[in-house]
Amino acid sequence: MRKPLRIGAGAGFADDRLAPAVELAASGAIDWLVFECLAERTVARENQTRQKNPELGYTPYLPMRFEAVLPDCLKNGTRILTNMGAANPPAAARMTRRIARDLGLGDIACAVVQGDDVSELVRRRPDLKILENGEPVESLLPRMVSANAYLGADVVRQALALGAPVTVTGRVADPSLFLAPALYHFNWDYDDWQRLAAGTAAGHLLECAAQVTGGCFADPGKKDVEDLARCGFPIGEVAADGGVVITKLPDSGGRVDAATCTEQLLYEMHDPASYITPDCVLDITDVELTSDGKNRVRVSGARGWPRTPFYKVTVGYTDGYIGEGQVSYAGINAVGRAKLCAEVVQERLRLRGFSYSETRVDLIGISSLHGERPNQPEPYEVRLRIACRTENRKAAEAVGFETRAMHVNGPAGGGGASEPSVREILAVQSLLLPRELVRPEVFIEEGG
Amino acid sequence: MVRVYDLGHSRAGDKGDTSSIMVVAYDAAAWEVLRRELTAERVMAAYAHIARGPVTRYELPKLKALNFVIERALGGGVTRSLAQDMHGKSLSTLMLTIELPDGNRP
Repeated sequence: MRKPLRIGAGAGFADDRLAPAVELAASGAIDWLVFECLAERTVARENQTRQKNPELGYTPYLPMRFEAVLPDCLKNGTRILTNMGAANPPAAARMTRRIARDLGLGDIACAVVQGDDVSELVRRRPDLKILENGEPVESLLPRMVSANAYLGADVVRQALALGAPVTVTGRVADPSLFLAPALYHFNWDYDDWQRLAAGTAAGHLLECAAQVTGGCFADPGKKDVEDLARCGFPIGEVAADGGVVITKLPDSGGRVDAATCTEQLLYEMHDPASYITPDCVLDITDVELTSDGKNRVRVSGARGWPRTPFYKVTVGYTDGYIGEGQVSYAGINAVGRAKLCAEVVQERLRLRGFSYSETRVDLIGISSLHGERPNQPEPYEVRLRIACRTENRKAAEAVGFETRAMHVNGPAGGGGASEPSVREILAVQSLLLPRELVRPEVFIEEGG
Repeated sequence: MVRVYDLGHSRAGDKGDTSSIMVVAYDAAAWEVLRRELTAERVMAAYAHIARGPVTRYELPKLKALNFVIERALGGGVTRSLAQDMHGKSLSTLMLTIELPDGNRP
C-alpha cells in the first residue's frame, strides 16, 4: 500500500497571505505545494500588463511567494505547482529561475503549461454563444482583452511528468490544479471517474486555502475559530484508491471539521449533482464528511461522471470606468445630511455635463451590503458612497472629485472623504469551446 | 418563530451575476426545520430587493445542508458591479436573518 500523497495549498487567491505557505514549506510534511492564484479576471488584467511589457503578465506576487518558499521546498523535496503564470507562464518560469539563482539555489528546471490562451480561436468564431445571456460573442470582440480556456489535470500531468521542481501554468480549473499531482503520482486512468471525482472533491476543498481551515467562518460566541490570526492552510491527503483526508499542520491556527468542510464543499457550487470541471462531472450529493481525529476530516462518497466535450472559456473585455467617492457624517440628522450630500454631488456632476449609465448611492452602516431594510433605526454615524459607471474617464474622475469637495462645499460636518477613485472595468463572460480545438503544450523553460 | 441564524451557518459564493448561498444545519432537529420551512419562495422574498431571481434550491440530506442558487443577484456580475461588496460575500448573513415557523421543534 503506497502512502497517501500530501498536497498543501499555498494560496487561495492572488493576494493571499504568505505565512501559511511558508509554514507548509518549512514543515517538510507535504509532497506538493500548490498555489491557486487566478480569479476570473486576473488573467485579463495580466494580459494588459503583458501588452505593456512582454516579460510581465504573471501574478505580481509571484516573486514574493517564490522567494519565501523556494529554499525550503527544494531542500525538502516538495514540488511546487501554480497557476501564477497567468497571462505569461513562460515569463513566470524565467522569473522563477532567476529568483532561484539569486537565492543561491542554482539553475533549477521549471516546467510550463501553455495554450490556455484561445483568443485567436474566439476571434475566428464570433458566433460562439455567451453562456449567461445566449448572445453571440461578436459584440465583445472589439473590446476583448483575453480569452482563456480552463485546462484540466490531464495537461498539467504531462507537465509534472517532466520532473521539474516547479511547474507554472496559466488558466487551469482550480480543482484540476490539485487533482493533477494525484493523477500523475498514482498514474490514474483519465477515465477512472470515481478517482477523478475523489481528487476533484479534494481539489475543490483545497482550492480556496483558508476557507476550509477556519477562514470566512468565525462568528464570535457562535462559531469560534481557535487562533484565527495564525490560521493555517490545508493539506489534502489523497490515497491511491481515492481516499481523501483534509487536515492542516498541527501547530497552526484554525479548525478543520465537518462544519468548515461542508461550507467549502458547497462553496460556489450550483447543482451539487453536477459540478462540471474539465476532468469530470462531480456529484457530491452522497458525500460524507467524518471526523478522522482532531482537525482531520475524511471525505467519502464523491461520484464522478464523464467529462463534457467542452472547455469553459473566460472572455475578458473592457467595459468603461467606475468612478467612486466617499465621505462621512455623524451626530443628529447624520443620515439626512448624507442624503443631501448625495443629491448635491449628482446635481453638480449633471451641471458639469456628465452623464452615467448607472449610479449607486450607498449609506454605509445602513444599506450598502444588504440594501434598504424595513424598520431600521438610524445609526449615529454614516458613510456615504457614490459609485457611477461611464465610458468617459473624465466623467468617472469627477465623481470622487466632487465628493471630496463636499468637505467645504456640502452639508455641515462632512469629513474623511476618500481619495477619488477610478477603476477601468475588466468584465468577464463565459462560453464553451469544443475541446479538440484547444492545443495545450508543456515544456521546460530554458531561459531566464 | 426561529431565526435561520439559530439553526445553521452559511457562506456565499459567486459566479458571474449569480450568488450561491448554502445553509448548513447545526443538528438533526435544526435540519428538519430548515428542510421544511426554508423554501425557495422564502429565500426569494428575503432577497427580492437585491436580486431578480429566480432562486433554485438543492437539498443535501447527508450534509444536512441546503444550497440556494440566486440568479441576477450581483449587480450585473462581480466584475462590473457598482456595489461595495462586488462578490456578495456578505449576502450569506442576510440568509441568517430570515425567520421561520418552528412549530414542531421541541
